[in-house]
Amino acid sequence: MNTVGRIKQGFYFDSVTLMRVGRELSGAPGVVDASVVMATEANKSILDMSGLLIPEFKKTGDQDLLIVVKAKDAASAKDALAKAEELLSRKKKPAAEDGAQAPAPRDIPSAAAALPGANLALISVAGRYAAREARKALDAGLHVMLFSDNVSIEDEVALKKAAHKKGLLVMGPDCGTSIINGVPLAFANVVPRGPIGVVGASGTGTQEVTCIVANEGSGISQAIGTGGRDVKDAVGGISFLDAMQALADDPETKVIVLVSKPPQPAVLKKVYSLIRKTKKPVVALFLGEGGMPATLEQAAHLAVAQVKGVDPVKAMDRLTKRDAILMDEAHALIAKRRKAKGRYLRGLFSGGTFCAEAQVVLDGILRQMTSNAPLGDTRKLKNAWKPEKNALVDLGEDEFTVGRAHPMIDFTLRKKMILDEAANPETAVILLDVVLGHGANLDPAAELVPVIRKASKQVFVVAGVTGTIGDPQNRARVVEALREAGAHVQLTNAAACKLAGFLTAKIVRKNR
Amino acid sequence: MSIQSLFTTPLRVVNVGIESFKDVCDQISPPAVQVDWRPPVDVSPESETILARRAAKIEKANQKVMEIILAGTPKLVGLDVARNVIPGMTEDTILHAGPPITWDRMCGPMRGGVMAGLVYEGRAATIEEAEQLAASGTIQYAPCHEHGAVGPMAGIVTPSMPVWIIHNEKYGNFAYCTLNEGLGKVLRYGAFGDEVTQRLKWMETVLYPVLKAAVAHTGPIDLKNLIAQALHMGDEVHNRNRAGTSLLYRAIAPAIVATCDNTGNAIAVLNFINSNDHFFLNLSMPACKATLDAARNVKGSSIAVVMARNGTDFGIQLAGTGDLWFTAPADVPDALYFAGFSKDDANPDIGDSAITETGGLGGFAIAAAPAIVQFVGGVASDALRYTRQMYEITAGESRMYQIPALDFRGTPTGIDVRKVVEKNLVPVIDTGVAHKKAGVGQVGAGLVNAPMAPFAQAYDALAKILK
Repeated sequence: MNTVGRIKQGFYFDSVTLMRVGRELSGAPGVVDASVVMATEANKSILDMSGLLIPEFKKTGDQDLLIVVKAKDAASAKDALAKAEELLSRKKKPAAEDGAQAPAPRDIPSAAAALPGANLALISVAGRYAAREARKALDAGLHVMLFSDNVSIEDEVALKKAAHKKGLLVMGPDCGTSIINGVPLAFANVVPRGPIGVVGASGTGTQEVTCIVANEGSGISQAIGTGGRDVKDAVGGISFLDAMQALADDPETKVIVLVSKPPQPAVLKKVYSLIRKTKKPVVALFLGEGGMPATLEQAAHLAVAQVKGVDPVKAMDRLTKRDAILMDEAHALIAKRRKAKGRYLRGLFSGGTFCAEAQVVLDGILRQMTSNAPLGDTRKLKNAWKPEKNALVDLGEDEFTVGRAHPMIDFTLRKKMILDEAANPETAVILLDVVLGHGANLDPAAELVPVIRKASKQVFVVAGVTGTIGDPQNRARVVEALREAGAHVQLTNAAACKLAGFLTAKIVRKNR
Repeated sequence: MSIQSLFTTPLRVVNVGIESFKDVCDQISPPAVQVDWRPPVDVSPESETILARRAAKIEKANQKVMEIILAGTPKLVGLDVARNVIPGMTEDTILHAGPPITWDRMCGPMRGGVMAGLVYEGRAATIEEAEQLAASGTIQYAPCHEHGAVGPMAGIVTPSMPVWIIHNEKYGNFAYCTLNEGLGKVLRYGAFGDEVTQRLKWMETVLYPVLKAAVAHTGPIDLKNLIAQALHMGDEVHNRNRAGTSLLYRAIAPAIVATCDNTGNAIAVLNFINSNDHFFLNLSMPACKATLDAARNVKGSSIAVVMARNGTDFGIQLAGTGDLWFTAPADVPDALYFAGFSKDDANPDIGDSAITETGGLGGFAIAAAPAIVQFVGGVASDALRYTRQMYEITAGESRMYQIPALDFRGTPTGIDVRKVVEKNLVPVIDTGVAHKKAGVGQVGAGLVNAPMAPFAQAYDALAKILK
């Protein structure tokens, strides 16, 4: 027989807990008898009578906790003592909480502690506080999506370096869209899961690509936003490259799509070097750089062709054929209208990447393009509020958003500009983007229908709807409502741009 | 963690900011958690940077401090007269509650207490004389906290007053506190006059010797153990001390009977304790003081070792900032007022009793005291909420003091000034409220928030030291 004991100081347990632990110990393998008690005189005399009062216990006092085990052999005794320690130190869980009365956690580490398996912090507080929150999240071992903008470039670099070291991902700052494990984060659409992974330095660009992929019958493994600044030399593409590598390593991802404005040279070099190392097909769209793919739409179609084993040439042919149909449609629409006024296109965009894609698509269809966010040969608008010539205006630029919600949420400004431009004798066609999905305005039709109804009496209104049938806005109903109000609706921005461009060009020719 | 592993585990989102983002995550990949975020307190960005950079050092220091606080063993070892045992106590010294203060800035109840003390000491025959002497510059005022002592409300300690002696056996330091006078016209609320003086004299000549002999007879009484039990019996040992007083009574009543030859005195002493539910407060406070004082002067620590109020200012001290006080005006408590009184009658927050919150008791343990939930909104769940919230600003949990209603979770212990500032969440203090006029007494009780300013100052000061 082995009787062994342990004395613990500075712990307090109620007698019920001690009895429970004692009972569990007595039932342990090889244990003949066991006791866990406070070392009061009364308890010690009980131990003495049961033959459990080992010599070391004699000089203990009221505040000491005694653990004693009598076992068949030394190993069982040792195991039982270890078990006692474990039972006593078992972390006490907070009482089952009724959600209403449990106070909400006050910061990310507390929240992470309260949420088993927490792995990502989605941060959208004001920019000046966002970096601090991101730092806390990284310290707590969480990946970060920083929706907030106005985070300094120094903070961005520091956060991304720290994250990279820890094997964590920082998406953003100013990252509007990601889809992780099928969960749309911030502004994102409801798309099925599938084999196509996206790395996007442009939020609306990522939305458009993921939507087209879904609408073409494929799906998204992961869509990782990085924030637009990531691909600048100052940041060095830390998140962009980490995300590419992660998708390259991800067995669910079969094709990788890159969506960005052209990265700065040093970053571009690294991106190309990683593309070469990757065994998976990579469709890289650096919007405005030219080449193939040149548009979000082409990129999405090429990716889907890759996973479906369709010849990319055939996939592009399909788009060319679609363009011919749009050309015929423009012709028919103009023929139907007795008189078409004006000579210019006015694009009023809520998504910056759509404004950029419009410039790429319309290059070659229209001349004299202007924009407040010009690309390539497009002329910079002197005053964003006063569109000139074939103007493509990004209403998400700073001059419009100071003190106002993003145009994807708040339509007030765009509605006013639609009416003003429709009344402008120069205007022939108004081109709009309508973005659906989580985060976007939940009833864009209700906002736009009255102004489109009015405007479409004076000019052609063309709208590109970015969304899927799964989006919370009910895409079919939105499209139907816009059409009923007089808009010509396409389901990609590129198609809408083409139609608007063809219409404008034909009107100019007709009125010449 | 790796980015890869993110793809292979369910997404669990902690959302900070726009709440609709959380709702989407909650629908598709539940559960998601929303942080109750608010902008942090305005401290210098430089301090923030320094404290972030020094986080590892601070953590290490805090671990040391927490070990000292959690392992402390405050024991009642005896009684003596203040002048004999309180370090630095001279015949002209009067100790008071809270951070340092001069006569001209003292509030009504504290002035009243000082005057009552001078009359009690025989330094003045009348209150007018006492007032003159008090203002003359002869009397040296000092915080109890700077002399190893604590005092409830005005916290006045004069040289002849009997005090409890608490020994932190594990770390060897001592703490002192006067004996609780009970209710009615009492010095700690600034009352003066014959009734007050007579009671103080009775305490000195009857209560003190009887208790002294009794404690000598029992030997050291483990206060940590008594407090732990009191928490299980519905006390939080700041605003409710009924269980603690009963436990103490059980511990010393036999010794009083055994040691007191004068039956009349024994009866009087036992009745005095029995009739005062707050008798144990003057032991729970120095027990916390003895525990926390051992953790002073640990370089780099951001844990508070003192929160105290003098009725004019609220002050705190940190383990890592030495003897510096960080103070701001004390607020008038927005508490529950007794019939016939209102906030207009209340004195700004006063007393060293916030040492209990500093030690993880009082308001921090309010969930253990359902009997007094009327002070915190009337329902037990409010008390639970307050205690739970304090886990947000503390560095650890007591190994000894537990909350039955939270499945015996240890009380939130060790206020980390960084968490207070960065989460913009101040400690709650479960306190009594004094009338602003000297001597009227208690007019209310309830939960009050500590002001943020002292914590923000302490944050900046710690950064300066760690620079």
